[in-house]
Amino acid sequence: MKLKLRIWRQSDADAKGGMVAYELDQVSEDASFLEMLDVLNERLISEGEDPVAFDHDCREGICGSCSLVIDGQPHGPQAATTTCQLHMRKFKDGDSIDVEPWRAGAFPVIKDLVVDRSAFDAIIQAGGYISAPTGTAPDAHAAPIPKQDADAAFSAAACIGCGACVAACPNGSGMLFMAAKVAHLGLTPQGQPERHTRVLGMVAAHDQAGFGGCTNTGECSAACPKEIGLDVIGRLNRDFRKAATRAA
Amino acid sequence: MAVSGILLVLFIIVHMAGNLHVFEGREEMNAYAHGLRTLGEPLLPHESILWILRIGLIALAVVHIWSAVVLTRRSLAARPVRYKSKKPAKGESRHAAATMRWGAVVIVLFLAWHLLDLTFRTVNPVKDVPDAYGAVVATFSPERWPVTVFYLLALVALGFHLRHGTWSAVQTIAGPDTKWRKRTQALALAIALVVVVGFAIVPLSVTFGLVK
Repeated sequence: MKLKLRIWRQSDADAKGGMVAYELDQVSEDASFLEMLDVLNERLISEGEDPVAFDHDCREGICGSCSLVIDGQPHGPQAATTTCQLHMRKFKDGDSIDVEPWRAGAFPVIKDLVVDRSAFDAIIQAGGYISAPTGTAPDAHAAPIPKQDADAAFSAAACIGCGACVAACPNGSGMLFMAAKVAHLGLTPQGQPERHTRVLGMVAAHDQAGFGGCTNTGECSAACPKEIGLDVIGRLNRDFRKAATRAA
Repeated sequence: MAVSGILLVLFIIVHMAGNLHVFEGREEMNAYAHGLRTLGEPLLPHESILWILRIGLIALAVVHIWSAVVLTRRSLAARPVRYKSKKPAKGESRHAAATMRWGAVVIVLFLAWHLLDLTFRTVNPVKDVPDAYGAVVATFSPERWPVTVFYLLALVALGFHLRHGTWSAVQTIAGPDTKWRKRTQALALAIALVVVVGFAIVPLSVTFGLVK
């Protein structure tokens, strides 16, 4: 298949950047979106041009590295799918495809399509952990957890921290990411000691990093490759209200 | 944002219900309007409760708008470079991003007109304050159709505003689980529909001669 690509090129963090058009022929419909970019990059390198920089690692949909806004949609048009798991058969011969980086003040562009997501690390450092005894792993049933809590915690823990929620949010809010961590840790007995300091700390770090406020439009959840639901945001709000009233 | 919003929703429902007195005729409607002014009398001075409620409403509106300005400014700052490619919204409140802020501007403009029209009567043909019924009939008369159209337009903006705002406020304050979020969304839609129909029925009845 033949594609008309428009890709955001930006030589470094301070450069202005802009969309650059490329035509790519003989693209296999079995190629993943990233493999299609690999083919383009091989051509650019052979022509002596600078290849398009983009983040990727596992290419199995579980690491959270890939981060492309394809035709205005984080991770592209296919629901519950990371960019690396999106295949070219989802597109048609002759399609024009726009590729942009995540857009958020808290995620500055490093180069081309690569953004700096260390603002998420700052949120995790502010409370996304548990105090646990070190040593060998405890027995599987040492801490009894109701089945529905374990399932809900596991669903929230499916968050890979890719940042598609921020990229999709009209307010550039990191609420869904943060709420997934709060739900994942707060649903298990191991997460209880820091339950209240966690939510206060993470929200403060989130706001400090320059993310926007949540207005419950639900775009985050619709874009999430792991289908994290808005219920985790409800849970964060509940925990935040309790923690804030207790702290006051 | 959420707390002031919920309280304003309650006011709007009471206001809508109060408007329906117009179908009981001139006497009943004016008695209801008079009753609002004389609440608590003779224990309390004339219009005292009314003014306490009015000051409360103004405070709620100020808090609500101020919160909206803060949120909007944060939101603009959080995405300094915009996307070149637009995507269709597909979230649970997909109309919200497009309707909440612009709809709010329509509602504020309408509110200014509405106060000049039916509270202060500056732009209303009936200057006699106790005749609330007469003022309603006069302002929505068929030859003043742009007033009615503006009223209905503002109602549509209000309807979209409530459809998202009500459940969003509950999500922020109470943080329901998935089952209760869906119920809250259904309730928000029901409130929006009831409010729009309940308010729209008054000017439409006047325009089409059911209320004279």
